[in-house]
Amino acid sequence: MMYAVLFVVLIVGGAAVLSWPLGRYMKWAMDPATPAGGQDGWTRSFQRIGGALARTPQTWKQYMVAMLTFNAVMFAVAFAILALQQYLPLNPDGMGPIEGSLTFNTAASFTSNTNLQHYSGESTLSYLSQLGGLMWLQFVSAATGIAALAALARGLAGRESMGNFFVDLQRASFLVLLPVALVVAALMVVGGMPMTLQGSVHATTLEGAAQTIARGPVAAFVAIKQLGTNGGGFFGPNSTHPFENPSFWTNGLEMVCIVLIPMACVWMFGRIVGRTRHAAVVFGVMLVLLLVKISGAVYFETAPTQAFAGLPITQDVGNLEGKELRFGPTSGPAWGVLTTSTSNGSVGAMQDSLNPMTGLIPMVGMWLNATFGGVGVGMINMFLYIVIAVFVAGMMVGRTPEYLGRRVEAFEVKLAIFALLAHAVFILGGTAIFAATPWGQTALNNVGPHGFSEILYEFSSASANNGSGFEGLGDDTVPWNIATGVVMLLARFIPIILPLAIAGALMSKKPTAQTAGTLGVEDSTFGIMLIATILVFGALTFFPAAALGPIAEHLTFMN
Amino acid sequence: MPILIASLRLVAASMLVCVAGYTAAILGVAQLFPETARGTVIAAADGKAIGSRLIAQDFTEPRYFWPRPSAAGDNGYDATSAAGSNKSPTSADLKDRARALIARYGATPEHPLPADLAAASGGGLDPHISLQAARYQAGRVAEARGLPLSQVEALVDRHAFSPGGFLTPERLVNVLEINLALDQLSS
Repeated sequence: MMYAVLFVVLIVGGAAVLSWPLGRYMKWAMDPATPAGGQDGWTRSFQRIGGALARTPQTWKQYMVAMLTFNAVMFAVAFAILALQQYLPLNPDGMGPIEGSLTFNTAASFTSNTNLQHYSGESTLSYLSQLGGLMWLQFVSAATGIAALAALARGLAGRESMGNFFVDLQRASFLVLLPVALVVAALMVVGGMPMTLQGSVHATTLEGAAQTIARGPVAAFVAIKQLGTNGGGFFGPNSTHPFENPSFWTNGLEMVCIVLIPMACVWMFGRIVGRTRHAAVVFGVMLVLLLVKISGAVYFETAPTQAFAGLPITQDVGNLEGKELRFGPTSGPAWGVLTTSTSNGSVGAMQDSLNPMTGLIPMVGMWLNATFGGVGVGMINMFLYIVIAVFVAGMMVGRTPEYLGRRVEAFEVKLAIFALLAHAVFILGGTAIFAATPWGQTALNNVGPHGFSEILYEFSSASANNGSGFEGLGDDTVPWNIATGVVMLLARFIPIILPLAIAGALMSKKPTAQTAGTLGVEDSTFGIMLIATILVFGALTFFPAAALGPIAEHLTFMN
Repeated sequence: MPILIASLRLVAASMLVCVAGYTAAILGVAQLFPETARGTVIAAADGKAIGSRLIAQDFTEPRYFWPRPSAAGDNGYDATSAAGSNKSPTSADLKDRARALIARYGATPEHPLPADLAAASGGGLDPHISLQAARYQAGRVAEARGLPLSQVEALVDRHAFSPGGFLTPERLVNVLEINLALDQLSS
């Protein structure tokens, strides 16, 4: 108990402390003050790289078109690299062609910052596909999210324009993600993680058997995988693989990296809109929900493996199935919550083998998708909840709802609700179709309610752009690849485009004067209102599905 | 069309910096740690690889310590297709697997099996077992090698370590390392 509390405090507290200076730095990097007589040096360089279009301020529509075009090109380039990997260099283990629907799914998955993986990296991908295709997308897809948040914040701050996407993407890639990734990847190498372009090791074990050991440029990949809320593993079982997470210390560092930039994004947002107290309230709301989820998961995972009940087995540290010993018993459930609260999706223990109620909590994280959330997009999702919270609060007390000095009206609220409902439709609709057909039924690794949970988790993960899975699911089939691929792309861009549209609408309105009647967004009343909105909107929608899966399994099998 | 060209310019720049430059920089750092950067491979006297210190390998002979069960590949411990069982902890399949392991270790209610020897790890390649699991096997290993039990137990204690120092009360043993030490002891 004491060790569990200490562990969680060190990881979450460490990330929270580091997020403050990083948020300050990100404000400087993403939204520098314009010096008199032109642009600062970095901006001038980025404008030169981007060309003529990078020099003009953009409206929200121009920003969106630039973002979508660049993301379409990202998808196309990655698709081409994956599809042609057998002809390209950096393939020491001779990886062959990848099936078409899997190529589509993988390119969509990494473009949308999801990193859902229907393949195992070590037996499917060449080093070029891993580095030039997927790791590249891990940088630029994360940068897309950070850029979108910066644009949203500029709109809400009442600036003339949203900024310029081509410059913002480079700022996020080269000034935010790259330096942090360099530091973290170097620390991973020091911590014992492999970083080599040599092919597999062919070993003869002490008992004389042959063992082929896949390795590769893991450290570089893992650093940006964790920092950019990407989560896609170099190896199939992600950060449970000893090469992807060699020790207790690399494990702690990886866990901090999961939540570090999402936390810093809240501070960056607050600084750009010029309301750090408001950011602190939002940060507090996210932190409270995160800690509640972690406490619940760690508690439920102390229950021993139910299947071993009645057998002569000593179980004194909880459920060990799917867990590594070197991380300690608290890491698995805590990681499971962090990775799903933030749309990261890497795993440090097998989610499928968590106790039923522990396994429910990651799903709740993906349903809410805003308790820090993905880099950039987590705060954007929270903005949707804020719009609804101020609207409902305004209605309750009979005042005109407003946010940051602009009136929130029916148009904005409709867009916000549409974005949130799309998430629910993708998850519940997809789950219903696959649970009722052989597409889903024949893919299951577990029977009964846990099988239903596997389908529910997969669609939650796709729609939340998370990427973790109940990995027993045999999801490398054409229906799964296409369905989740389409869901990932829609669920990525709808919740970016609609908030930008809301901000575009808000910034065109006349600012209202702050009076004694204005509902504040910088106090605990607002915080409580926001929590209530998140729970009612985000969680209750999914309660019936949860009852059919993890809750049914818990009530049936656990005693 | 101009948007497409601007996008392609960004693709070129980000590939150059975030893929080529970044990878080269970290490969450069890796030159300072040649052993671990290549996978912490353990080689025999003739230079041939025996395995990796970080990767579990299969042991079935009584004279060696046995690792945790593995779901990697068809027969376990396949370091080209790492995987967990992905079974629910309530699954009957896990119960069947545990029964087979209990029979293999000869566990009884008076002498129950430590849980980590019955539960597969996430990647199926966990190189460690708990100190209790190592002590549990010490008797079998000592008997198979004709060594005094106290000598094997002392070896186990010497190899036990805390993975997180003062942050973790658990003590672990690396299976491949202790088996190498056993072979050295016997020869």
